[in-house]
Amino acid sequence: MSVIFERSDDTLTALLSGEIDHHTAAEFRESIDREVEMTKPALLVLDFGGIGFMDSSGIGLIMGRYKNVTEYGGKVRVTNAPPMIARMIKLAGVGRLDVF
Amino acid sequence: MKAKTKAKNEMRLVIPSNSANESFARSTVAAFMAQLDPTIEEMTDIKTAVSEAVTNCIVHAYKDTIGNIWIEAKIYDDGRIKVQIKDRGCGIKDIAKAREPLFTTGGSERAGLGFAVMESFTDKLSVRSVVGKGTTVIMEKRVAQRYRHDS
Repeated sequence: MSVIFERSDDTLTALLSGEIDHHTAAEFRESIDREVEMTKPALLVLDFGGIGFMDSSGIGLIMGRYKNVTEYGGKVRVTNAPPMIARMIKLAGVGRLDVF
Repeated sequence: MKAKTKAKNEMRLVIPSNSANESFARSTVAAFMAQLDPTIEEMTDIKTAVSEAVTNCIVHAYKDTIGNIWIEAKIYDDGRIKVQIKDRGCGIKDIAKAREPLFTTGGSERAGLGFAVMESFTDKLSVRSVVGKGTTVIMEKRVAQRYRHDS
């Protein structure tokens, strides 16, 4: 797994790649949380374009970041979600999330 | 009574409940399932369902310990795959509650979607559990029969 961060103005984009399961979710979480803690972006974009597989641990990862970022008034957007991931997000009924 | 159909092939795998094995378990079942010539989507469905079941063993059944997870997969001539995932962990007190979407005892980073995903991504799901003895999950999915080379 790997996360590449891009920053512009108040937006932090996390380009995720690899597979997300319960094992790798912990590494993704630590990496994103560290960057968010340092930069406190107004908008955190989670880019799933490089994710080849994801189980429901990925939903936990999104929900956890959503909780952290909205706590200080920020927003979270999920982008480039492949159909499989979009299907799981729908199943989770995480309607408040911005998914593109 | 319906006669029991004989599997055309089967596999068994025993792994310790290390989270690093989640990927190994789902990839192994997917590789075995390739004999049914599934679509990428059908294979991903099974991979996801297996990942959820194995994760449940690691996160819940063997919460503070490491135990064995038994995985058995069978494929049938009519295109079905049946996967059984068994642990000898703590067991589930209330299966109906555990199967409710968004219910979790796994903390804020767990979505509580494991059983909902297994149910949604396969055709049939059965869960048997005895507190203190363990849990067995059986999932079944039929792969669409497309062009067959052996015809």
